[in-house]
Amino acid sequence: MINWTAKLSPTVKNIPPSGIRRFFDLVSEMKGIVSLGVGEPDFVTPWHIREASIYSLEKGYTMYTSNWGLLELREEIARYLNNTYRVKYEPRTDILVTVGVSEAMDLALRAVLVPGDEVLIPEPCYVSYSPCTSLAGGIPVSVPTTMENGFRVKASEIEEKITPRTKALILSYPNNPTGATISGEELMEIAKVVKKHDLIVISDEIYDHLTYEGKHTCFAALPAMKNRTVLLNGFSKAYAMTGWRLGYACGHPEVISHMTKIHQYTMLCAPVMAQMAALEALQNGAEEMSRMVAEYDRRRRLVLKGFREIGLPCFEPKGAFYAFPSIEHTGLSSDEFAERLLMEAKVAVVPGNVFGANGEGHVRCSYAASVESITEAIERIGRFLKQLPTDIQETAANG
Amino acid sequence: MDKRDREILEILQDNSRLTPVQIAAMLGVEQADIEQRIKDLEEMRIIAKYHTLINWEKAGEESVSALIEVKVTPQRGAGFSKVAERIYRFPEVKSVFLMSGAYDIAVLIEGKTMKEVALFVATKLATIQNVLSTATHFVLKKYKQEGVILEDKEEDKRLVISP
Repeated sequence: MINWTAKLSPTVKNIPPSGIRRFFDLVSEMKGIVSLGVGEPDFVTPWHIREASIYSLEKGYTMYTSNWGLLELREEIARYLNNTYRVKYEPRTDILVTVGVSEAMDLALRAVLVPGDEVLIPEPCYVSYSPCTSLAGGIPVSVPTTMENGFRVKASEIEEKITPRTKALILSYPNNPTGATISGEELMEIAKVVKKHDLIVISDEIYDHLTYEGKHTCFAALPAMKNRTVLLNGFSKAYAMTGWRLGYACGHPEVISHMTKIHQYTMLCAPVMAQMAALEALQNGAEEMSRMVAEYDRRRRLVLKGFREIGLPCFEPKGAFYAFPSIEHTGLSSDEFAERLLMEAKVAVVPGNVFGANGEGHVRCSYAASVESITEAIERIGRFLKQLPTDIQETAANG
Repeated sequence: MDKRDREILEILQDNSRLTPVQIAAMLGVEQADIEQRIKDLEEMRIIAKYHTLINWEKAGEESVSALIEVKVTPQRGAGFSKVAERIYRFPEVKSVFLMSGAYDIAVLIEGKTMKEVALFVATKLATIQNVLSTATHFVLKKYKQEGVILEDKEEDKRLVISP
């Protein structure tokens, strides 16, 4: 008998299993659930994009592409970034097409970290940053953000956590799970700290199009930041293309070629049919995208108003498609709240602690759901909250 | 008509059952403002009607639709409008459009049977003064109507929970 426990990597063993997984198992057996737990658009990929990919298959595009991705697609990405943010990347050397931003994040961390390097991660944030840092031999250092500060990380908060081992900072605005955005001025302050301490910034801007108030600032577009930033973006959210798994990384040729080295041995290239679809998305997808963005914006207001009316304190999300209300006043933990809400009211949300320890006291509610679902969910949550206080008092009395 | 009116119309066109409370929340304005605007739009007949798209075939009801191409001699002073009016007054007639191209007026008719529709065309439509000729095309299957794909219920294929 082989003893796997002794043979498995302790690095992997020490990574906590995703909190979302446990919850998913719980949900998947239940019926009649209204879900606000989904981290992807409720739109299907626009037909013209699907159609372009089908056409490419018909024409026989079924081969490997260059490790870097189709040159035409990289040129289109460069054009998009230059037109939108005035940041210039050379398609042949500065852009790598990846299998989603998830791969790009992993590549970026692996390309720069040596064991013991610290990575600053403002939390709450997407679930992969910290585990990927650990897998790459780095040490994730949480920088907690708060609802009071609109979940925007301050330059001073970053600076407090800097040690001689700090190598990189991960930024992710608009943010999953909080829906927070950050202003150009605030990013400028962060840029000063980054420069002063000679840090690398990995900026995950997958939700850039889903900015509802003000304009998104691309971190790489700030003065002197382009060369120390690895900019990550992709097609999943804005073009409703999650399942295609397509993203990209842009940066200084040295780091991008380093990342490409890992990519060529682990992934070879992103699937060609997804690259063909992405090309169509960038060339002709603007109209459908702005239709979807307008729709999210309406639902955002609906959710915010709904939560506030039923007594859930909620910070106004200005980007992505999540609301991150506080449930602290219920006296329940995020896990308890989410689990009881699921069992008793049949509404699925994601406990906030999944996104970092200081997400505790919140739940993530995705408004990538129909108006009917959102309305129904808010009603159910409202009823659930009403019967809570007596319940808690009883528990207290009995306890 | 301003941007807000247009937004209200877009929302209602997609789902006319949304309440002023919901629409107000979606657009971030007062409920009273939405109610007033909808009232004005109704009075101006910009909102012509609230209706429900029904798949009668699925309901098991026999019904027949036809598109009829009508060629007309235009009249001095009235153009095609007089003839169009004589056609659209019939309740069987669901839509009437003036067309460019090979014929002049497109008429959409619904009836119980093919015979009923054919008789209507022969006795009522073709006999109207200034109607030169008609060509009847029966609808065999409706795939998509008013932006709705009829057979295809796009179910949510997403996982219930994802990061």
